[in-house]
Amino acid sequence: MRPGTLRQILLITDGCSNQGQDPAAMAALAREQGITVNVIGVMEEDVIDDQGLKEIEAIAISGGGVSQVVYSTQLSQTVQMVTRKAMTQTIQGVVNKELQQILGSSKSMEDLPPDKRGEVMEVVDDLGETSKLEVLVLVDTSASMKHKLPTVKDSLLDLSLSLNARMGDNQFSVFVFPGKKNDVEKLLDWTPKLESLTKIFPKLTTGGITPTGPAIQEALSYFNKNRSLRGLLSHDEQYFEESM
Amino acid sequence: MMNNTLRNQCNVPPGSVITGKWNGNRYRVLKELGFGANGIVYLAELNGQFAALKLSNNGMSITSEMNILKAFSKVQGSALGPSLLEADDWEKSGIILPFYVMEYIKGDSFLEFIKAKGPSWTGVLMLQLLTSLEVLHDQGWVFGDLKPENLIVTTPAYKVRCIDVGGTTKQGRSIKEFTEFFDRGYWGLGSRKADQQYDLFAAALVMINASYPKRFQKKGDGQKQIMEAVNVKAELRPYKNVIEKAITGRYQNANQMRQDIMGVLSRRSNGTVSSTRQTNKGYTKQKRQTLKNMQPQTRTQAKKKKGGFAETFLLVMIVSLLYAIYLYGQIM
Repeated sequence: MRPGTLRQILLITDGCSNQGQDPAAMAALAREQGITVNVIGVMEEDVIDDQGLKEIEAIAISGGGVSQVVYSTQLSQTVQMVTRKAMTQTIQGVVNKELQQILGSSKSMEDLPPDKRGEVMEVVDDLGETSKLEVLVLVDTSASMKHKLPTVKDSLLDLSLSLNARMGDNQFSVFVFPGKKNDVEKLLDWTPKLESLTKIFPKLTTGGITPTGPAIQEALSYFNKNRSLRGLLSHDEQYFEESM
Repeated sequence: MMNNTLRNQCNVPPGSVITGKWNGNRYRVLKELGFGANGIVYLAELNGQFAALKLSNNGMSITSEMNILKAFSKVQGSALGPSLLEADDWEKSGIILPFYVMEYIKGDSFLEFIKAKGPSWTGVLMLQLLTSLEVLHDQGWVFGDLKPENLIVTTPAYKVRCIDVGGTTKQGRSIKEFTEFFDRGYWGLGSRKADQQYDLFAAALVMINASYPKRFQKKGDGQKQIMEAVNVKAELRPYKNVIEKAITGRYQNANQMRQDIMGVLSRRSNGTVSSTRQTNKGYTKQKRQTLKNMQPQTRTQAKKKKGGFAETFLLVMIVSLLYAIYLYGQIM
C-alpha cells in the first residue's frame, strides 16, 4: 500500500489577506486536488490580530492541514514540525480509508484496541519515512514581513535538512506573493535541494498588498506542471536516486 | 510549545480516576509529573502500586511511543526507557483520550542533580548514559531527542535513566523529534539522519548544558562557538578533546566516547601518572597550565614523591660505591 506522492503547500504569513478570493476557499480547492495546505503565522513583537488568526486557522482546516502561530525565533522548529505532522495526518487518512475497506464499516484507527493500533502506526511511520514529498512554499512578502524574511530563509534551509534526512525523495519549490508583476512570483523551481535559496532571498522586495487567495490558487497550477513534466522526463527517477 | 487544547483536555486534577476502556483498570491520579509536546505525565496509583501514566489527545504520537517502549521491553535488563505496563483509552465526557502506563522512575532531573551534587558528577553520569546508548545503538535505534529534561537520575541508586522516548528513531531514518541546542543539524555539523554519532553529539551538548543551564544560541561557526564555550568553563576543559571528537562525529560508537571520558576521569583522580606523562610527552603548554591550576595538591604530592625517589637512588649509589671501594681494597 502506497499513498503515492504527498503534496503540500506551506503558507508562511503574518496576517490577513486583503485582495482577491477567500484563501480558505482556495485551500479547500487544493484539498480537492489532493494537496494539503499548512499555514504558519509568524509573529515578532507584534501580535497577529483576531481576524488574522481566524483566517490562518480557516485556511488550514479547509486545506486539510496544520496551522501554528509562532514567534519568529521558533520558526525553524515549527516549520519542520508542521510539515511532518501534516504528512502523518495525510498518511493516516489514507490508512484509515484502507482500514474501512478491510473492516467494512465506519471504523478508524481510534476504534482499534491499542495493540492493533500500534501495528497500524508502524505502517504509518514507514510510509512517512519512505513516501515521496512535494512541498510548495508560499511566502508572504508584504511590507510587514520584511524584517522576518531572513528568519524565514533559515527555517526553510532547516526544513530541507530535516526532510532530506528521510529515506523518501523530496521536491521543493518556493513562491512569494505579491510578485513584481503578478500575484505570485516563482523564486525557485522544483528541486530536491533548497540551498540555492540563500542567493535569491536577500534580493526580495516587499510589496503592500496580501493576495493570499490568488496566491494559493496559482500555486496549485504549479503542482500540475510538476506532474506533467515528470511524465515527460524519463530519467527523472534516476536523477533523484543520485541526489540522495 | 504546547497547545491549549492539550492542556484543557488532558488536565486531570489529583484524586480523579482514569478508567481504561479496554482493560478496565482504574488509576487514581496523584499528581502531575511533567508535560511534553504531546502529552501530560501523571503519577498514578493502581492497587497500591505507583505508576507513571501518560495521557494525550494525540493518538498517533502516543502510539508511536508505545511501540518503541514495547520494542525496548524485549531487550533484557536494559535501562533504555521505563518499562511499559499497559496501553488503553479513557473516555472523558465523550472524548477518547489514549494513554499508556509505565514504570514510575523516582529521581531528580539531570540538571537539578548536577546543580545539587556538583559538576564532578557530570563525567560519571555520562559514563552511565553512554553505556545505555551503546545498548540502544546495538539494537538498531537512535535516541534522538537526547537532552537533560529527558534524563532522570534515580535515587538512591544514582543511575541515569532515559524517560521520554518520543524522539527514538530507527537507524538510517530521519530523526523524529529533536531540540535545537542538542541537534547537530542546528549547529551546522551534520545531517538529521539517525546514526550513532547523532546521539553522541547530543551527549556532548548535554555536558555543556550542565555548565550552561540557560544554553546559548548559534552565532556563526557552530563548532568554533561550542569549543569556545568549553574553554571558558574550568570543569569542561578536561573534556575538550572528547567534546570536540563527539561534535565532529569522530567517534564510531558510544563505547569509544565512554573510554575517553573514563580516561579523563582516571587521569584526574590519579594526578601522579598524568603529571609525569604530560611532561614526558610534551603536551601543549596551555594544557599543562590547566592541569596545574586544577590540581595544585596532586602536583606537589608528585614532586615530593619524585624527590623521595632521588634520595633513595643517591643513597643506594653511595652505599654501592663504598662497597665497591671496600671490595677493591679486599682484592688488592
